[in-house]
Amino acid sequence: MEMPVPNPAILARKADLVAKLSALLPQDALIQDEAETRAYECDALTAYRCPPLLAVLPRTTQEVSAVLRICHQMGVPVVPRGAGTSLAGGALPTADSVILGVARMNAVLETDYDNRVIRVQTGRTNLSVSGAVEEEDFFYAPDPSSQLACAIAGNIAMNSGGAHCLKYGVTTNNLMGVTLVMMDGTVVEIGGAHLDAGGLDLLGVICGSEGQLGVVTEATLRILRKPEGARPVLIGYDSNEVAGACVSDIIKAGVLPVAIEFMDRPCIEACEAFAKAGYPMCEALLIIEVEGSEAEIDHQLKLITDIARSHNPVELREARDADEAGRIWLGRKSAFGAMGQINDYMCLDGTIPVTELPMVLRRIGEMSKQYGLDVANVFHAGDGNMHPLILFDANKPGDLELCEAFGADILKLCVEAGGCLTGEHGVGVEKRDLMLHQYEPADLEAQLKVKDVFDPQWLLNPAKVFPLSVTEGRRLVPVAAE
Amino acid sequence: MMMTPETELELAEMIAGAEAPLAIRGGGTRGFDAAGQALSTCGLTGIELYELGALTMVARAGTPVAKIEALLAESGQRLAFEPMDHRGLMGTDGEPTIGGVFAANVSGPRRIQCGAARDFLLGVRFVDGMGQVVKNGGRVMKNVTGYDLVKLMAGAHGTLGVLSEVSFKVLPIPEAEATVHVGNVDLGVAVQVLSAALGSPYDVTGAAYDPATRGAFIRVEGFAGSVAYRAGRLVSELARFGKAQQVDGGAQLWRGIRDVTAFEGREGDVWRISVQPSDAVALADALQADALQFDWGGGLIWALAPAGVDLRARMTVPGHATLVRGSAETRSRFQPQPAPLAAISAGLRAKFDPRGILNAGLMG
Repeated sequence: MEMPVPNPAILARKADLVAKLSALLPQDALIQDEAETRAYECDALTAYRCPPLLAVLPRTTQEVSAVLRICHQMGVPVVPRGAGTSLAGGALPTADSVILGVARMNAVLETDYDNRVIRVQTGRTNLSVSGAVEEEDFFYAPDPSSQLACAIAGNIAMNSGGAHCLKYGVTTNNLMGVTLVMMDGTVVEIGGAHLDAGGLDLLGVICGSEGQLGVVTEATLRILRKPEGARPVLIGYDSNEVAGACVSDIIKAGVLPVAIEFMDRPCIEACEAFAKAGYPMCEALLIIEVEGSEAEIDHQLKLITDIARSHNPVELREARDADEAGRIWLGRKSAFGAMGQINDYMCLDGTIPVTELPMVLRRIGEMSKQYGLDVANVFHAGDGNMHPLILFDANKPGDLELCEAFGADILKLCVEAGGCLTGEHGVGVEKRDLMLHQYEPADLEAQLKVKDVFDPQWLLNPAKVFPLSVTEGRRLVPVAAE
Repeated sequence: MMMTPETELELAEMIAGAEAPLAIRGGGTRGFDAAGQALSTCGLTGIELYELGALTMVARAGTPVAKIEALLAESGQRLAFEPMDHRGLMGTDGEPTIGGVFAANVSGPRRIQCGAARDFLLGVRFVDGMGQVVKNGGRVMKNVTGYDLVKLMAGAHGTLGVLSEVSFKVLPIPEAEATVHVGNVDLGVAVQVLSAALGSPYDVTGAAYDPATRGAFIRVEGFAGSVAYRAGRLVSELARFGKAQQVDGGAQLWRGIRDVTAFEGREGDVWRISVQPSDAVALADALQADALQFDWGGGLIWALAPAGVDLRARMTVPGHATLVRGSAETRSRFQPQPAPLAAISAGLRAKFDPRGILNAGLMG
């Protein structure tokens, strides 16, 4: 994986940069020695590593602004970082870049139940946003698998989703306002507790821009009252096609569950071995969750199980209580841990039209044989967001490269099927070079123009999202003279 | 002579060849007309894909909304964001188009529960100010592949590019609907009623207040048994604020709220104001309007004001006001933005429409 060659002029000015930043930041906010910067050499895409020139951990929007202003003046690239849980390398530094981490900015600034919003600093973790409003029975809806660790800053950068977005939407649908620090240090406020920020939808384009347009330090998020209850049902089938048809029929029937999760045989086996949730051994497993009062849940589950039965399931298990519900979710929630036990793995998140599920799963199976690498599939079936996990051995020479090639083929398949490269993880460095499979050069040029407006010198996270060859002319601007 | 391209290629050629500003429109029903040679997308029609089981549709921008809604209804689905039909309020005729709905980000009462038009828009094809065709997004529910220009185009009123094709999410039409009415409450109490309803676990899909009749309205939708249960819970839990009861005629009532029929045929300018609901009371006084109507739990205020009175000058709370119906054609309809945001917006317009020919001046 290619990263830009570090700019020697910037490396040579490290001492100068440190001196300028030291004057603005508390001592413990600046991390400069090699042993410590190593902690920021990668995110959750651990295959690629590079320690940054420096890391800074500001505590206020003003400090973020000051850091960016200095880096802007000196022409130093900045890589924003939330909690470092990106699976796409979104927070991967280059040797000549400053990591700007918002992890210390984790305060709740305001909770407002009358207007159903919460305002937080963006270093706060996703789950602890819900935690802050739990006592009033409210929650923040987007729930990425990493929600215990991941930060709202990263959720906004990647427009994160989760298992329950079939009903509640992804980050962009729940984000109402931000404080954004531009690369030149300017602080702007967009939106707020009112709906639909005025003017052009800048909030919409900032969300999912992978830290390339600005650093979001505060966010106003929509909070919702918790439903009275929720209950899952587990349904097993002896083929992926039938499971896919069942999902499609449920949606056509007008039932809209909050989550429809799908696991294939390799994934079921791995999860069962790891978590012992009591899953049936079959080709495809669906976990479908509905919400409401007891009677509402019963009614929806009846509709769902009637449809499920018409497709001859090999297993159909309704949770009768919280304990059984927990067991149904147990295996699914440990899927990633289970895979990690078996092997190294690469997790993709290409998204396809739901109707193409059986075809795409069949093709992935065929490719798995061709590449000689096992793949397990676990995904959000209601919205077509796949999560193929390709197993490989990092210690075996050539295996990572083989895995990457296999992954690229799966993602190309997703695009051919009418889908996209990434549904919720982001492009980062991982899928950067596949962007021309999804978009024509003119389509990418339109996106680059947006960055030109927000960050004319291309200093914010510059080596991400777009193929390096496409951004070369924009990135390689000379460093400003002293 | 209005230009009416019938293919995306024709649209691109017309824009590339334009030598003077263009006034972009769909069906021309919403009154957002800029000065210049009129160019309508109403000739770009046709539904290209409708996947019932994937809850998605792809249509050319000029396709009439009525045609899309009729086709969806045949299959028990709908545009859940409940786009307003502006014709009554604006006194316009013509056929609202799906491209116009998304270009103006038109959302109705259900916006509080399921999101705005922009939240349903999955993908776009558009022609920028130089005649270049651009696509962004796609037809899947979750897509973070590159920047979300889809959102940027929604609500850009054609100033960044002219939509040629849109792909969007649809939802099932629920089996039943019920409306709970809380009577004889003033605005202050009404906002509390609506906040209590929206803060309940009963999945409220409409929360409006009509000061003329002093009535608060709350809508729930879903399966019949569930709707009956939730409406019943709301009636009993909201009784502490005033006389709460279930009322009939919900479909017509909510269409009236959506289309602001109360202001139809009345003299004056019409403003649409978005604020946080708890600011509604203070702002309602400050506006000194001739008539008001409240939606979105109090957060969406429709105000009827004497012609020429700029209500933006009376915005005492955070939010924004848009002139939806007004006589003064020369002035901007939108709330001016703070300088740094205005600079970003101007920068984007300069990149996407360097000649400044697409609905010039409409958004600043």
